Amino acid sequence: MRRLWSWGALILGALYFLLPLIGTIEFSLRMRRGEYSLDAYRSVLADPNFRATFGYSVAMALLTILLGVLIVVPTAYWVRLRLPRLRPVIEFVTLLPLVIPAIVVVFGYIRLYNTSSLLPLTGSATGTNLLLLCGYATLALPYMYRAVDTGLSTLDVRTLTEAAQSLGAGWVRIIGSLIMPNVLGAVMSGAFLSFAIVIGEFTMAALLNRPAFGPYMQLLGANRAYEPAALAVIAFGATWACMGLLQLISRLAGVRKTAK
Amino acid sequence: MRRIGWNWLGVLPFFAFAALFLVLPTMNIVIGAFRNPEGEFTLANLAGLSAPRIVDSFAISIKVSLASATLGCLIGFAMAAAVVMGGLPGWLRGPLMTFSGVASNFAGVPLAFAFIATLGRVGLVTMLLRQWFGINIYAMGFNLLSFWGLTLTYLFFQIPLMILIITPALDGLKREWREAAEVLGASTGQYWRMVALPILFPSLLGTFALLFANSFGAVATAYALTGSSLSIVPIMLFAQIRGDVLQDPHLGYAMAFGMIVVTGIANLAYVIMRSRAERWMR
Repeated sequence: MRRLWSWGALILGALYFLLPLIGTIEFSLRMRRGEYSLDAYRSVLADPNFRATFGYSVAMALLTILLGVLIVVPTAYWVRLRLPRLRPVIEFVTLLPLVIPAIVVVFGYIRLYNTSSLLPLTGSATGTNLLLLCGYATLALPYMYRAVDTGLSTLDVRTLTEAAQSLGAGWVRIIGSLIMPNVLGAVMSGAFLSFAIVIGEFTMAALLNRPAFGPYMQLLGANRAYEPAALAVIAFGATWACMGLLQLISRLAGVRKTAK
Repeated sequence: MRRIGWNWLGVLPFFAFAALFLVLPTMNIVIGAFRNPEGEFTLANLAGLSAPRIVDSFAISIKVSLASATLGCLIGFAMAAAVVMGGLPGWLRGPLMTFSGVASNFAGVPLAFAFIATLGRVGLVTMLLRQWFGINIYAMGFNLLSFWGLTLTYLFFQIPLMILIITPALDGLKREWREAAEVLGASTGQYWRMVALPILFPSLLGTFALLFANSFGAVATAYALTGSSLSIVPIMLFAQIRGDVLQDPHLGYAMAFGMIVVTGIANLAYVIMRSRAERWMR
């Protein structure tokens, strides 16, 4: 009886999740009348705007990861080493982006950094890119921090640091060649999540008027019929790849931990 | 003394970044909600929230969030319980968790496209229902660009999130508790009603609050799905920032402030419930 209920719940749920995926794939193949074809994919991939905006978002995602690592790793390390009492405060701050909707944060950016302010970031393309980058890093902060903090919790930070110091290493050296390699697995899992978030992000890029992939997808959705479905399949594939790599890496890290 | 100064220096970059790109922009909006264009303090902006259009937008946003959080919790719970304790083969669990990880991150514009291709006017399910069963859901009043359409779409990321959060809580239910209940003559229903659900209650309520906040702040999915035809709060605010649909620009601040209040309350509930739930998870 219990098993029957369980199968029922699982199959109904699976149906709900599979139907939209099947529907999207089927729709994306329907562009040519009367037969299935890959025309929609060809049309999407041939669009120079697709390549430009996708490239822009990939570059932004990589920079976001870099910025996130530069901010989060030294901070998480330092807090564990010297300011353990500050940990709840840092944790609270890193969770704020989950509480404050992104649309409110970017609204604040537009008001705070407009052309008539002290720091007129929105005045130039470079400035706005920089602002968007910082916005993305903010969005990624909760995931990045939690990943790195979990990674650090498996290390004996204090002993490692003292050993390195007694061998004459400076702070940059300690963080760069001692802490970094040790939390690499954790950093990678944070990185893949950040990547997935930034690639599809719509609100911030649209409101700051940057040529990112999210606004491009929205525009295409408003004007075309079959291409959006092809894009959705591509986007789902990309998310799937990111999460798959994340799992792979956490599994490898797990293996190494048990081997130790 | 010098030591303390050095220690603080280590976290300075982090706090500078958080202040510049998270705290100050938000404070700016919150303070702006209480100021008029001349910079004087006023409650007029908040009073402006009582305009029928804005009240309606908050009402529909809250309704969509409540519906998608409630259904997300129920369905997600059923699926998680089925895999954890429903007597299903153990290998099902891995794929379900992996898929939940992917689907909970599959939000935004592509998700809207997927549902248009499935339940839109010429979507796969719409067409199949018409051809196989002669049911025309659009003639029956269904519309993807409506309250139920939006709720149905949001469930695609709400259910997986519920599964991800509630599975560890279900794992925390100890076998001994069930055995003890059975020895004392409890039926399955009694076990759930008097043992399992009270223990899970903080987790369930906390996750509900999280799902609520999750859908309340979502912009991209709704925007790509409905354009601006369904006036939920984030879309009204989006239009307000972009152009000027409302006459009073300071009303935008007040709407943003309202959003922070709603998601803030929901998240506070999550944090409180979570700390209660942890008592049982040791």
